[in-house]
Amino acid sequence: MSIKFSQEQLNKVQEVIARYPEGKQKSALIPLLHMAQDTFGGWLDAPVMDYVAELLHILPIEVYEVATFYSMFNTKPVGKHLLEVCRTGPCMLNGSDEIIDYIKSKLGINEGETTPDGLFTLKPVECLGACGYAPMMQLGKNFREHLTKEKVDALISELTAKAGN
Amino acid sequence: MKLLLQNAHIEGIRFYDAYRKNGGYQSVEKAFKMSTDAIVEEVKKSGLRGRGGAGFPTGMKWSFLAKPEGVPRHLVCNADESEPGTFKDRYLMEFLPHLLIEGLIVSSYALGSNATYIYIRGEYAWITDILEQAIAEAKQNGWLGKNILGSGFDCEIYVHRGAGAYICGEETALIESLEGKRGNPRLKPPFPAIQGVWMRPTVVNNVETLAAIVPIINMGGEEYAKIGVGRSTGTKLLSVCGNVNKPGVYEIDMTISVEEFIYSDKYCGGIPNGKRLKACIPGGSSVPIVPANLLFKTAKGETRMMNYESLSDGGFATGTMMGSGGFIVLDEDQCVVRHTMTLARFYNHESCGQCSPCREGTGWMYKILKNIENGQGKLSDIDLLWDIQRRIEGNTICPLGDAAAWPVAAAIRHFRDEFEWHVLNPEESQRRNYGIAHYADPLPMVGAV
Repeated sequence: MSIKFSQEQLNKVQEVIARYPEGKQKSALIPLLHMAQDTFGGWLDAPVMDYVAELLHILPIEVYEVATFYSMFNTKPVGKHLLEVCRTGPCMLNGSDEIIDYIKSKLGINEGETTPDGLFTLKPVECLGACGYAPMMQLGKNFREHLTKEKVDALISELTAKAGN
Repeated sequence: MKLLLQNAHIEGIRFYDAYRKNGGYQSVEKAFKMSTDAIVEEVKKSGLRGRGGAGFPTGMKWSFLAKPEGVPRHLVCNADESEPGTFKDRYLMEFLPHLLIEGLIVSSYALGSNATYIYIRGEYAWITDILEQAIAEAKQNGWLGKNILGSGFDCEIYVHRGAGAYICGEETALIESLEGKRGNPRLKPPFPAIQGVWMRPTVVNNVETLAAIVPIINMGGEEYAKIGVGRSTGTKLLSVCGNVNKPGVYEIDMTISVEEFIYSDKYCGGIPNGKRLKACIPGGSSVPIVPANLLFKTAKGETRMMNYESLSDGGFATGTMMGSGGFIVLDEDQCVVRHTMTLARFYNHESCGQCSPCREGTGWMYKILKNIENGQGKLSDIDLLWDIQRRIEGNTICPLGDAAAWPVAAAIRHFRDEFEWHVLNPEESQRRNYGIAHYADPLPMVGAV
């Protein structure tokens, strides 16, 4: 995979940089890392981060130190679907531990692991701001809330079926 | 009484047409006829206090903003809502995005910010889209851009998405993050009002605070101040979670009692399955947990009300805080040790690592709590926990250290017997929870305080 944004994405990059004062293009780093992660396989490999550094005319180390600080940036490969299940206080009160255990046994993986087919990674995370709709997980851009074992079954079947097509 | 959410039920209110038809953007028209100083004055009169958690008077914060000649100033909206138990800003932005945009335009005008940023937590990815659409609609209709309504005032609003870091809700960490750096809080002074983002004078306000500017301008600061009680003026959004029948976001005018809030069908609707109330954390995970018997009545025997002063009555010995309004309810079957452990794990995960007491202390607290929870604790661990939290509090650059220390301190202060029971009954504590044995007749405080 060649590491280069499409022309359309490069236009977006310029638009994002223009939101910040001249000479402060580093402010666009986090938005660009989101774009890069979404585009280049769901995680940030070193060459991807170097590419972002080049786009912003900053040093690669400035990108690495930011990518490793924020928990949404994956610095290791992840499965096609990242199941990020919240386990902080309010979700715990509503049974998030049982949901995490259920996913573990259903997929046969531990926390932080990916299924052998590369489809699912389980990542317990800390509070995502959906405490009233607990237990919950983040899947891609959206939240899946009021989770039950049945909902987890349905979700995994749906995503597995999609991959089979 | 509702000031922010009164139109939340209207169909299509998320979009410009319905919002405008229902009185939206009137505060901008009114504000542009006022001087900027007069707007700041109205906000001061309103008594509005920062809704992010600290409760600092907004008007005063605004009046600190430095205005050096030729240096741009910025307003930054803190939408990095990440305090466990808190999801009120999400609700506002998701269902009433134009209310926030309207508040931002008025506030940007008052503060002289031509480029205003909404720093939103990275996980709220779909809300970023909602906000950007609302901004585009506002711009199309002439509320943003150059020379708005012929006022000579230019303003653009940009949404800046974070990437998962609780610490970026702290204003100087947020500023660092907005500059494309790690979210390490800055030493203060200089305060953001003097040197904030890109070393320019900056005001950082919470989403709910900025939305409240709309009713304040519409009704006038004095009228707004008449709502509520004492220094708790206006309305407050509360996000309710944990063991209640009706979790969700509620707007209150701070004149109701805590008991009514939990048991009234208008609000939380009581505890599910007829269970008894064990404890509550009324203002987001970092404020002290209080047992049921101290929640409804203060130590003086007065009814505890849902406002800043009453909730903190008695200090940390017997009171708690309004905080961010993240209202977490624990029923009789919940384990305070386990709950506190998850919070300690949270703060350990979210510590930026700059200050040793927080970086090391949060990890120690998590490990010790995990041991106690798993039946491997010692009685001396409880004193050790107390000692560690005391050494974190007040010894860090930013308040995350305090936020991590307080929940542990309060849990030991009020539930020491439950911790001891875990230690002394390692096997039984793995099979069942402690329950609420002591709430009807609280044990004297041991060691703590």
